[in-house]
Amino acid sequence: MTYLSLSITLIFVLIPLVLSKTLKLGLEKDTMIATVRSIVQLLAIGYVLQFVFDTENYLFIFLMVTLMIVTATLNVRKKGAAIRGITWKVAVTLIFVELLTQGILLGFGITPPTAQYIISISGMVIGNSMVLAILFLNRFTSEVEARGEETELILSLGGTPKQAIHNQLTQAIKASMIPTIESQKTVGLVQLPGMMSGQIIAGASPVQAVQFQLLILFLILTNAAVTSVMLGYLSYPTLFNERMQVLKTKNGK
Amino acid sequence: MNEHYKPAIHFHQVQYSVENLHILKNVTGSFPEGRITTLVGPSGAGKSTLLKLCNGLLSADSGDIFIQDKNINEYEPVELRRKVGIALQSAPMVRGTIFQNLSLPMSLQGKTLSEAEAADLLEDVGLKKELLHRNTQDLSGGQRQKVSIARTLVNRPPILLLDEITSSLDRTSTQDIEELIVKINRKYGTTMIWITHNLKQAIDVGDYTWVMMEGEVVETGESELLKTPENERVQRFVKGEGE
Repeated sequence: MTYLSLSITLIFVLIPLVLSKTLKLGLEKDTMIATVRSIVQLLAIGYVLQFVFDTENYLFIFLMVTLMIVTATLNVRKKGAAIRGITWKVAVTLIFVELLTQGILLGFGITPPTAQYIISISGMVIGNSMVLAILFLNRFTSEVEARGEETELILSLGGTPKQAIHNQLTQAIKASMIPTIESQKTVGLVQLPGMMSGQIIAGASPVQAVQFQLLILFLILTNAAVTSVMLGYLSYPTLFNERMQVLKTKNGK
Repeated sequence: MNEHYKPAIHFHQVQYSVENLHILKNVTGSFPEGRITTLVGPSGAGKSTLLKLCNGLLSADSGDIFIQDKNINEYEPVELRRKVGIALQSAPMVRGTIFQNLSLPMSLQGKTLSEAEAADLLEDVGLKKELLHRNTQDLSGGQRQKVSIARTLVNRPPILLLDEITSSLDRTSTQDIEELIVKINRKYGTTMIWITHNLKQAIDVGDYTWVMMEGEVVETGESELLKTPENERVQRFVKGEGE
């Protein structure tokens, strides 16, 4: 695609701008910021990736993956600010998910140990885990808040913190995993996944594109489960002290 | 008060505060074993906090609490909470039926409660056993409180704490609960500490009373003291002039 063709695609930005202006949605400024940021960020990452792929240096691969994990962690921690030590809990979860994924892929020789594969798949894995973690924390903190009396009741009857928080934890894990499972049920029928579409457009055979897409879908399913469960089990103990009492969260709730 | 009774719970200079706000100030005193002691006083006096300290849902900042002559900190939290049951003001229920709620204390210990045992408990608190499989969402306020008390009794606690359990009930339900509390006390010899705003209830049902104001125990003694209190602040409170 030439830069001229790319410029013409800005028509797709003009349409929401016109609609926002006409309907007084007040989204013009945000739309412009989002457009400029996406252009700058993606072009920058394009050149960076080009450089990393050309050098094939593992240090650069490591730095790229670290940058992804740090950015995702900083993004997620805002949603779980009420939970003590949330930053390292999210970081540990994302690192574990990344190691697990790459360990299986590289260990079994499913993908080659090249920057092209490691960075692309890491981006999808960490990005997906980031969204999952946000969904989980949103639901978990609201469940904990809404069902505080139930937690207190179970503790008062001689239950352990794990028993007292069990329902809230499982609800939050289920709620965060459902979108992933549901979207996989209709994949190929309703939507063609972005990576698969990209590969087909770039000239890969649809069957090969599907094979890679299936790999990614299975990875994402594992990531969904591991991210929610791990983050949940790392988070809930910080809601209680050693006398099995509910601690006030940072929000004071 | 009541020197001739063995204390079930004893407080010694107990303090509790939240973010520099003193909720309990140097609370000292005993709750006699096997008797009903009411806690009365205006809202914000620290009564609910005091109950939660007894059950270990909260811990004191300083001072000592003894449960049956043993320092509260020497109990494992789970052991303490099974020994000192609490019925909370809002009678919270877990989602499901009465039977599921009554089974909860046993299932938390990995045990099961038989339907026959659950039915007996239900009848003990004055509810028909036919209600056993009714969803708790369909219960009236009075029925919820009775289920809440029955659920607490599953652990057979020698000490039972009751946090304003009749505050939102009508007169008939209140009377039912009052009779139930006396019945449990007489039948099992359970030590009861009951927070109530109803002074008549405190006099009629309670053996002893603690009057609390602004985190302090202002007057204690036999329930009759509420008819002729010595302390001026308590006199004003009893007359309904509040604090």
